[in-house]
Amino acid sequence: MSKVNQDSTQVLKLENITMQFGGVVAINNLSLEVNKGEIVALIGPNGAGKTTAFNCITGVYEPTNGIVYFNGEPIVVNHPQGKMIKQYGGINGDLYKDRKPVVHTPDRITHLGIARTFQNIRLFKSQTAFDNVLIGTHLRRTSNMFTAAFHLNAKEEKANREKTAELLEIVGLADVADELATSLPYGKQRRLEIARALATNPTLLLLDEPAAGMNPQETDELGEFIVDIKNRFNLTVFMIEHHMNLVMEISDRIYVLDFGKQIAEGTPEEIQKNPVVIAAYLGVDEE
Amino acid sequence: MNQKKSKKPMIISLCLIAAVYIGVFIAEQFIPQQSMLFIVLKKGAVYALVAVSMNLLNGFTGIFSLGQAGFMLVGAYVYGIFTIPVAERMNVYQYFDGGLVQFTVPVIIAMIFSGLAAALFAFLIGLPVLRLKSDYLAIATLGFAEIIRAIFQWNGLGRITNSSNMLNMFPTFNDFNILGPDGKVTVYLSTLIPFIMAGVCILLIVLLINSTYGRALKAIRDDEVAAEAMGINLAHHKRLAFCVSSFFAGVGGAMLAMYQTTVQAKSFTSAMTYEILLIVVIGGIGSVTGSVLSSFLFVACSEWWLRFLDEKQIIGNFEVPLLRIGFRMVVFSVIIMIVVLFFRKGIMGDKELPDLLSRSRKAKGRAGK
Amino acid sequence: MWDTIFPYLLSGISVGGQYALIAIGYTMVYGILRLINFAHGDVFMVSAIIMVYIMASGLPMWICIPLVLLITVAIGFLIERAAYKPLRSAPRMSVMISAIGVSYTLQNLVLYITGGLNKQYPTIPWISDTMQIGAAKTKIVTVVTPFLVILLVVALVLLINRTKIGMAMRAVSKDFETSQLMGIKINNVISATFIIGSFLAGVGSILFFTNYPTVIQTSGAMPGLKAFVAAVFGGIGSIPGAVIGAFIIGIMENIIKGLDVILFKLGVIQAPLGLATFSDAFTFALLIVILVVKPSGLFGEKVTDKV
Repeated sequence: MSKVNQDSTQVLKLENITMQFGGVVAINNLSLEVNKGEIVALIGPNGAGKTTAFNCITGVYEPTNGIVYFNGEPIVVNHPQGKMIKQYGGINGDLYKDRKPVVHTPDRITHLGIARTFQNIRLFKSQTAFDNVLIGTHLRRTSNMFTAAFHLNAKEEKANREKTAELLEIVGLADVADELATSLPYGKQRRLEIARALATNPTLLLLDEPAAGMNPQETDELGEFIVDIKNRFNLTVFMIEHHMNLVMEISDRIYVLDFGKQIAEGTPEEIQKNPVVIAAYLGVDEE
Repeated sequence: MNQKKSKKPMIISLCLIAAVYIGVFIAEQFIPQQSMLFIVLKKGAVYALVAVSMNLLNGFTGIFSLGQAGFMLVGAYVYGIFTIPVAERMNVYQYFDGGLVQFTVPVIIAMIFSGLAAALFAFLIGLPVLRLKSDYLAIATLGFAEIIRAIFQWNGLGRITNSSNMLNMFPTFNDFNILGPDGKVTVYLSTLIPFIMAGVCILLIVLLINSTYGRALKAIRDDEVAAEAMGINLAHHKRLAFCVSSFFAGVGGAMLAMYQTTVQAKSFTSAMTYEILLIVVIGGIGSVTGSVLSSFLFVACSEWWLRFLDEKQIIGNFEVPLLRIGFRMVVFSVIIMIVVLFFRKGIMGDKELPDLLSRSRKAKGRAGK
Repeated sequence: MWDTIFPYLLSGISVGGQYALIAIGYTMVYGILRLINFAHGDVFMVSAIIMVYIMASGLPMWICIPLVLLITVAIGFLIERAAYKPLRSAPRMSVMISAIGVSYTLQNLVLYITGGLNKQYPTIPWISDTMQIGAAKTKIVTVVTPFLVILLVVALVLLINRTKIGMAMRAVSKDFETSQLMGIKINNVISATFIIGSFLAGVGSILFFTNYPTVIQTSGAMPGLKAFVAAVFGGIGSIPGAVIGAFIIGIMENIIKGLDVILFKLGVIQAPLGLATFSDAFTFALLIVILVVKPSGLFGEKVTDKV
């Protein structure tokens, strides 16, 4: 199943990821790859397990089974343990039983270069837009508590502030930098979340429904915006999205998830023609 | 850069604070020392530091800790243990052969020891406790404060802590007054020095809050999941806030010892923590200025301004009913309940002094959590 | 050996029963409001103060006791209406701070009324009489307490499992919002919870202060905290858990109080170690161990017990 020599262009690779909550198998044996510089979309009906997949990658959840590679390094390794051995409802449960589990907290994963946004916007609600982005620079600090408190890191602080201002400029929020984050309109909050994620210097950006709640025009702009930041910051983008126009337009490849299982993979053209996908998903779409 | 705020409010604030210090110094030279004013100022300064240190945890980091009295106790004892003059130790530790420690260190060093000891306790307590959620964390820290209290009262440690007997004879605020050759005070500093001590500590806390670390702590308060996704190590930052807060609570404890002139473990009860918490709430959770103001208000009301409620008052021929010992505290409690129930933002909400002075700044949202 | 331990065990069971009656109030309120009602221990203390004053008025006993319980219940009810109800939609921390404020207020009010002096708790006939059990001499209340506790708990469990208000309580503790949508009058349920909790605290107060007959404004703080620990120990929200937790804590605490004597008589130690200092601290150490190792407590997972 796993390739012997890791492809150097492979940024993210999920191998047989299963996530089981109690008796519920939310994701069953999901394997996928995201290559350098690609925009890959993960689509599927509601409750298919898309956000759960993101949470497994970013360390919010510990998958029950499987491996996540980031730039060829295993960042998450797990296999069913304890009473989960009996309960396990996925497949390939004994594939990794000899491997030592690897767990990282979400902040470690972000350190490695994976940043994300949230489906239900999670901005720091008491802070301004500017400070929200500025917090994203905290993890790359070289200062410690004392040098920071005594402003001995003025150079770094200044650089961070400039970077924050620049990011806000890029996402088009420079004029609202001093507004409370939660007072911004919905579309701007989504952009702010992206700016905040970019402030952590990621190489892989995970976007969880970036166009949710946007009108068609905003969605079109968002598409251009994602392509733009991808090129500008040399990113790889992996996104969950329901707006099919957006997905078909900017994605290089698409994975389709249904009931926790991957049912299709391919280019937008292939996915559009795939009968399984149409039956499961596109068939009920208005288009 | 649109972040650059106008410097003017900041400068005015600093001038105001400087004026307060000068005012305190002048008042001290001319107003008799017995005046209630100085009791309020001294105790207020101590409480201000302790309240700000509690606010750092509860207001800025969103960790609802109720261990403050315990850390103050550690600080007060460490201060006492290291500063009681060697000559007095036979008296103080009369049941324990003069105690184990037979040297003293300068006051400043002892205060730093106080802070470090409290921070060390906090570090150890934090290992199990900081993983807990909101109210469980509150009750666990409260429990630890009680355990600390019991440990310090234990006979087995009597040679260090003097068991349940009090520590005294150590340098107090009055020892900061400068004496002339005739033994009379020439320059009064017994109020200014605690102001400076508290001021320096609060300044350090403010600097921390305004640094990148302070922003990270506020991020944790606002949304733990998002903060972690931004690469902020929750355990590390919470522990840091807990230890820093306890460090200053320990220093505050040392100052309380100086104010009270005696230290006894049994007085550091959970009621003391509640009192500080109420100060923080009245001042505004998440506002350093608020905590400082409300400390002085709280002490002034409870020690001074409401004193008349404890005594018989006769207006004309009419004796005002209800007034006797304890009525002050009843009125005071009712005021606190009104604040807690109807003015939940407290005096300052989450605003600071410079915010008040700058009109352009947009009113910030709700007070803390 | 047995003769040495027995008196401590006996008073442990008795105190445990009294803690249990307070702990039920904590656990029920937490189950429904997710609130640590810091004022509950003070309600327990206030009940004792009321008893002191009402008995002093010379009313006959059979009026006094119901009257005290009635007033205690009324106080519990009023506290909820005045201090917690206005904060129903506020963050949990605000409600907890309000509870601390109520505790502060009650203590200061009692300080005012009593002038800060220790008050002698009145002698209640029969249960204050001493009796001989084996080698131990004790008050009848010590023996009565555990049986009374069991009786009350059985009644309470029946109330919760068999009556309409009990069903509403169970529903609210499961899901606050949904039960509101289902037409349950949430405020009535919460009031009922506070009434039951205060009633039991009132009964506990009579039993407790018959054993330790001095009351001062801070008398409620420690028993209150310990009863809360008992509730957490048993699994907060669980009534049987709170009762068992309270008995364990009561017994352990009294054994530790007597540990010096016990060890000395057994010849393990030659001089007292002063371990009695740790009888309170032990309770909190237990709390922390429980919170860290099994935060759901002994019976916390059985949601069916939740109220």
